[in-house]
Amino acid sequence: MSKRIIGWICWISVLCAALSIISLLALCIGPTAISVKKIFALLFEGRGTSEYSILFDIRLPRIILGFAIGGALSLAGVILQGMFRNPLVEPYTLGISGGAALGVCLNILFRLNRFIGPIGLPLSGFLGAVLIIVLIYSLSLKKGILRIQGLLLTGVMISFISASLIMLIMAISRIEDLHGIIFWIMGSLEEPNWTLIKIMVFVSIAGLFASYLYQRDLNAFMLGEEEALHLGINVERTKRILFVLASLLTGCSVSVAGIIGFVGLVVPHLVRMFVGRDHRILLVASYLVGGTFLIICDTMARTIIAPLELPVGVITGILGGTVFVYALTKRRIFLGEG
Amino acid sequence: MLEIKNLRCGYDSKFFLQDIDFKVEDGELIGIIGPNGSGKTTLLRAITRILKPKAGTILLENRNIWHMHFKELARKVAVVSQRSEGAVMSVEEFILLGRIPYYKRFQLIESKKDLDTAKRCMILTDTLKVKDQLMGQISGGERQLALIARALTQEPMLLLLDEPTTHLDITHQVRILDLVRKLNKELGLTVIMVLHDLNLASEYCHRLILLNGGRIQKEGKPEEVMDYRIIEDVYKTVVVVKKNPISSRPYIFTVSEEDKKRKEIRN
Repeated sequence: MSKRIIGWICWISVLCAALSIISLLALCIGPTAISVKKIFALLFEGRGTSEYSILFDIRLPRIILGFAIGGALSLAGVILQGMFRNPLVEPYTLGISGGAALGVCLNILFRLNRFIGPIGLPLSGFLGAVLIIVLIYSLSLKKGILRIQGLLLTGVMISFISASLIMLIMAISRIEDLHGIIFWIMGSLEEPNWTLIKIMVFVSIAGLFASYLYQRDLNAFMLGEEEALHLGINVERTKRILFVLASLLTGCSVSVAGIIGFVGLVVPHLVRMFVGRDHRILLVASYLVGGTFLIICDTMARTIIAPLELPVGVITGILGGTVFVYALTKRRIFLGEG
Repeated sequence: MLEIKNLRCGYDSKFFLQDIDFKVEDGELIGIIGPNGSGKTTLLRAITRILKPKAGTILLENRNIWHMHFKELARKVAVVSQRSEGAVMSVEEFILLGRIPYYKRFQLIESKKDLDTAKRCMILTDTLKVKDQLMGQISGGERQLALIARALTQEPMLLLLDEPTTHLDITHQVRILDLVRKLNKELGLTVIMVLHDLNLASEYCHRLILLNGGRIQKEGKPEEVMDYRIIEDVYKTVVVVKKNPISSRPYIFTVSEEDKKRKEIRN
């Protein structure tokens, strides 16, 4: 048994090391290549130089945001897949991203930014997400019981409805607004506002800690809701809390960075193949892998056709999908059932 | 130990179980029998708090189970259910899940006591040798034993089993029920099990509760319940009851339609 715990510690150390190395590399790579040695030199005496501002005003914020959002989305994926016992659920299945996108589109369409200022977009995205969360939640709540399958179906339907509404808005919006909408929907980690980045990092890490209060419940859920109840889990309360937690993580991510798909679906599955299904390791491992994965994708997105930038969602889709299909053909143990 | 008073319970607005009244004393081994759809599993689900009673109370050690904390109930009552999922975890991981009710809020890793308890339960149920295999890969009999081991890991005083012998061959049926009897005798565990097989129920249980249409039809020692008139009335089937030559418990023989006609003609 202690072998298993040693294994976990090894995984966590490896993943932390990978995260640090990747982050450092991501700092170096770009249109202006900066060597690792130079980074440390700049750190102490480079204040004011252009390289210093490239590093700390452009690249570092993206890396930090990539870590926070990648981690948050993967975590939300693990939580939702665990509580739905359905391998195809991801943070966006529940329509939260649709709600956020709708909020942002409305904001752009009515030019509300003029009144609220630069944090208007994330704010409206967040409000849209919260609205959808409340809507789905209350629609699925019958007699005090959160019906899991109902929740899923309602979520998928709401996704469709908001996608259609977004198309409607795009059809009637002005050409100059269209670009903003499309870019937002495709997702980007470019975020000049440090306050937002700090909030996101806080939410993401707080989410990780909060999820650990429910790792046991998630493990018990693997046996089904009834069996979880037999094991002394307050099933209804846990479902609600986990739903709200996953929704908040997703809602915040989406409203800061737009829709970055695939991370929340692929990362948990990939991690599960390697570290197993025990949520005690799965949660933190997915969090670290998700963060690292998004940093890699974002670095690729901003370097492949530099100085132009690709939408990071495109990279996560292509890279994540390919890696996943490859892993699927290599490893047989995979989805199975619950 | 357990006292059920005037229980009325069901799904949605329909009442399914009605006027259920019985008591279970410490150390008893009780069998719940009855035809398909008579409410056996529903009764178990009421006792484990999955179904909320519409009326009546269920008292465990004189306390209403609905006033207990979820964890507290899980430390006292463990269930071997047929609805358990989770095929892709090792038998040992599965059994350790039984320690969940004992975890402290911020405890991340099993304590030595958790591991020792799990190991003891694995030895008791003879599942130690399959502990590293996946739940989905072991045989039906071993799976049943693993389910019992997990329930025992909860260190309950009341063990509920839902049809523990279905889909098993006679070797495993006997093995499982011998184990249940041993747990009952040696550990003093009170056991309530739902059984389909009337003969196994008669063979192993101290007392039987016969359900029919959501009500208790007959309750008592196997000799009292396994009366051919009662069984024929409830199951709508012609049966003959004889004594098992070894245990002298009642044993039920079914009679096929053809034999019944032949006998009627002969008479």
